[in-house]
Formats: sequence, structure tokens, C-alpha cells
Amino acid sequence: MQPTEENIQYAITAINLTKAFGEFIAVDHISFNIKQGEIFGFLGANGAGKTTAMRMLCGLSKPTSGEATVAGFDVSTQPESIKKNIGYMSQKFSLYEDLTVMENIRFYAGIYGLSDKDIKEKVRIYYNTYTSIMKKNKLVGSLPLGWKQKLSFSIALIHEPKIVFLDEPTGGVDPLTRREFWEMIYAASQRGTTLFVTTHYMDEAEYCHRVSIMVDGSIAALGTPAELKKQFAAESMSDVFLQLARQATRQAD
Amino acid sequence: MKEQFLAFVKKEWFHIWRDKKTLFILFGLPIVQILIFGFALTNEIKNSRIAIVDQSKDETSQRLIDRIASSRYFDIEEFLKSGDEADAAFKRGKIKLVIIIPESFGSSLKHTNHGAIQVLADASDPNTASTLTSYMQAIVGDFQSDLNEGKKLPYTIVPEVRMLYNPQLKGAYNFVPGIMAMVLMLICTLMTSIAIVKEKETGTMEVLLVSPLKPILVIFAKSTPYLFLSLVNIASILLLSVFVLGLPIAGSLVLLITLSLLFSIASLSLGMLISTITDSQQTAMLISLMGLFLPTLMLSGFMFPIENMPLPLKIMSNVVPAKWYYFIVKSVMIKGVGLKIIWKEAFVLTFMTLAFLGLSIKNYKVRLAIK
Repeated sequence: MQPTEENIQYAITAINLTKAFGEFIAVDHISFNIKQGEIFGFLGANGAGKTTAMRMLCGLSKPTSGEATVAGFDVSTQPESIKKNIGYMSQKFSLYEDLTVMENIRFYAGIYGLSDKDIKEKVRIYYNTYTSIMKKNKLVGSLPLGWKQKLSFSIALIHEPKIVFLDEPTGGVDPLTRREFWEMIYAASQRGTTLFVTTHYMDEAEYCHRVSIMVDGSIAALGTPAELKKQFAAESMSDVFLQLARQATRQAD
Repeated sequence: MKEQFLAFVKKEWFHIWRDKKTLFILFGLPIVQILIFGFALTNEIKNSRIAIVDQSKDETSQRLIDRIASSRYFDIEEFLKSGDEADAAFKRGKIKLVIIIPESFGSSLKHTNHGAIQVLADASDPNTASTLTSYMQAIVGDFQSDLNEGKKLPYTIVPEVRMLYNPQLKGAYNFVPGIMAMVLMLICTLMTSIAIVKEKETGTMEVLLVSPLKPILVIFAKSTPYLFLSLVNIASILLLSVFVLGLPIAGSLVLLITLSLLFSIASLSLGMLISTITDSQQTAMLISLMGLFLPTLMLSGFMFPIENMPLPLKIMSNVVPAKWYYFIVKSVMIKGVGLKIIWKEAFVLTFMTLAFLGLSIKNYKVRLAIK
């Protein structure tokens, strides 16, 4: 099969992707393919190299060696095209607290170049979906954390990106809101959006279509939650994770 | 591109507008400073209290004392019996000068045409002491020429002193340019560096970096509202100094504003540079205050004349952008000179701006690549 055909089929491909900072190899020859519309869980202990890998895929840092494509664009040579096609939500809350809900939406829609008409249409859809939570003219700083995170996710989707990167999106959120959050993730996946999720909650790992677990910069396991549990003869994803994480030699940061 | 930029500037404006306390400081500070410097602080010394020891007690000494008393610079607080009391009088703290007219003053002047008086000054405040003694010398000099009236002197040289550009020796001519430099530096450097670093701290910068926005656009869009704010402040300072302090603008207003904008841009780019090398708002604030604000105050020539500085400080003062701007404002505003005279200073400022801009853009990219 030609490599280019592969790129069209997959939302994200990585072949021996590596990042070294001097002597230290943060990400060590990782390879995977992620299908369109897939919810891909990217797990690993702190310091395993998840964030570095994610930054390379977002076009924020250049790989030392290896290749990766995101939405069909090469991460080394076409980071600008990648940025137009991805959404990003970080573990840190990333909206402006001193702006209202509407102003935040307008701002992020504005920097992705959406027209006023598009913005209005989007707001209508989101506003109808979350009428109870989106007090349009309320300052974001006054919203509860769970609502902020949901708003953050909606805004990451506002320009209809092909792939959304979620970096520990549910940190510090209560179980009920986490459940609602995952319903939003499923809905996005059904619309064809690919979701690349990092998390420390192992129950969330069970919700993913496929999961990879990074240990010391390499991918130690990759497969559906059911496959992985079978492979490691474990009851839950939590057991799988603990078995692998205990092999780590690297200090967590 | 244009829409992105506008959306960003609008958002930035919300940040500034919502933070009422900072906004108040930004607009209130220059006004308060101008008024304080204009009315409360002045280099002129009026109505200083002095003491007199008159041991001569004759007509001439009385005329001299009357002359001193009628001056607006001095109020005679008390008469002392002898010079020995002078020390105690100074130590009570009210008296700045003691004039001792010796017993022989009147007769000696009459018979030998030569009289001597002693002027003691409290030099624990050296500036005041030297100002007051020179006032006193001038008064005695006047008195002396009055005594000589009608008599033919062998030689007389009278220096006729004219204070050009600032005939009334107003302090305002000195501090208005200084305040302009300080305020522009505060708004442009301090506020911009804090605003950019704040986005790093809260994590929104990451989201901006992942977006298709060019980093350079982020930096420019963030500083645009501050450039606007500094324009408003230039206007308010100039209006106050013309209409409240009565300080005319001798040179071209367009040139003054253009060069003020140039200085604002230089300060903005310094703010950007600071924001690229720091990750916390506190650090950014410390660097702006210690690294820029103090040198602006000390080395621009505003507080202390550069001519009197030791050589190392003189050399150091050249890298302080405010020094060049201060000279430009003084020249244009007070002496009324044109670009022909100050092109060198304007060139240095332009060069500094470009250097700071280049460095901050380079730094910004380097940081991105490493992470």
C-alpha cells in the first residue's frame, strides 16, 4: 500500500516518532495509526512522555526523528496546516475568566476566522444544547469548574476541527459532570471527529475505543480496552495500567 | 488575518476595561504626578527662616537687615545675641541660615570701604544650603551696588544674566518631559509584559499557540491597546502642562507626538522582550521595575544631571532609552528645535526599537522550538 493512501485513511499516523532533549529521549520511536472518528486514549504515568508526544502532533515542537501526519499533513513540514485542522483543550483551564461566555466564544471563533454569521449559528446550536449552563452574559470566572470545562470543549470544537486533542480534560471535575463530558465526546465522535484524549482516570480509559499506554517514552501496550485486559489477564484497565507503570524506571516529574 | 487581529484586540480591550483598578491607575497616575510636581514640589525656596546676629547696630546694618527682610526668599525668625547661639538655633531645626554682622561692620565700611559679614548655612541639606547662600549673596550684592550709587568706581563688570527658554526658572520645564518618559515606560513596558506573561501563567497561551494565529500576530495584537492608552496619556499630559501649568510647547506638536509614539513602541518592544524571557507575572513586574523603571528615573537626566555623573554611569546612561527620549522632549517642547537638531537621538531610539523587536521575535521562536 502507498503511504499517501494510508494518510487519507487515518486521522493521525506516527512512525517511529522520536523527540530527544540532548541525552534525554522523551519520546522513543512510537508508532500508531488512529482512524477517523476514533476515541483514542493516550495513557501513561506523569513523565512518561505523553505531553511531549502530544506537542509534536499539535505542531508545537519538531520531532528529532521519525514521521507523523495529522489530518494528512506532516508535523515537521506543515505545522501551520495542522493547526487549522485541530482543536485543543488543555488540562489547565484555558478560557478567559474576565470575559463573558459569549465574548470567549466570539474570540476563539474569531481567531479561527469564522464569520459573524457562522458564529451566530454556532452559538444558537450550543446555546440550545446547554441552555441551562450557558448564561451568555455571565463572566466565565463565575461558572462552576464542570461548566467551564464543558464550555472549553465546545469552544475547542467551534471551528469543526477534524481532530481534537484533549489533555486531561476532566481533571478535578465531579463524577456526574465527567459522565456528561464523555457524552459530549461520544457525540463529537459520532459526527466524525477524531478525539485524542489523555487521562489519569482508568474508568475513562474503558470508554475509549482504543488505548495506548506509554512507559518511559515508548508505547508499552496498544489495543481496545477488552484486548488489553485479556492480554494482561487483568480485571480492569486500572490493573493493566498498574502492571505497566510499575515497570517504569524513569522518575515522574 | 485582519479579522483575527481585530478579534484579538477587542478581547484585549475587554481585559483592560474590566480591570477598573488598573485602568484608574493608568489614567490617574499621570494626572496626579503632573499636579503634584506642578504645585506641591518645587525647586524654588521661598520664605526660608533665618536668624540674624547684629553686633554692629548702626544705620548701615539696619538697612541691610531691612533689605533681607523685604526679600520674599527670607523670613527673619529671630535675632540672636551672639554667634555662639547659632549652633543651638540650627539644632532647633527651623533656621536655615544665620547672618552675623560683626561689630566693626559699619565703621569699617565707612572708613576703609570694606565690610565683612558672615553667612552660616545648614548644609545638612546641601542643595538648599547652596541655593539659599546664592540668594543671600545676590541680595548683599544688590545692597552693595545701592551703596555705590552716584560714586564712580574704577571698574565695574555687571553680568547681565538671562535665563533662556525658561525665564522664570520653572521646575515644570524639567519634570514634564521626565513624567512623560516614566508614564510611557510604565504603561508600555510593565503592562505589556504582564499582560503577555499572564496568558502564559493561566495556560491560554498554549491554546493560542495551537491555533493558526501567528505568534507575531499574538504579540502585536496584545500590545496594540497599550499603544492606544499611551497616546491618550501623551495627550492628557500635554494638555495639563499647557493649560494647567502654563508651559507652552515651543516646537512642532506633530514631531513631539510622533517621537513620543516612537518611544512608546520602543517601550512596548522592551515589554515583549521581557515577556519572552519570564514565565511569571511577578518576575515580569520585578524586571520591569528594577531593570527599567529605576534606570529611567536615575539615568535619564531627569532626576540627576548626566553631566555630573562618573564616567561608568555616563556610559551606562546611553543604553537607557528614556535618556534619549527625555532629551528629545526637552529640545522639542522647550527649545522648539526641529528634527535637524535631534535626528541623532531619534535615530538611536529607532535603532533600539528595532533591536528590541528583533530580539523578542527571535526569542519567541526559540522558546517555541525548544519546548
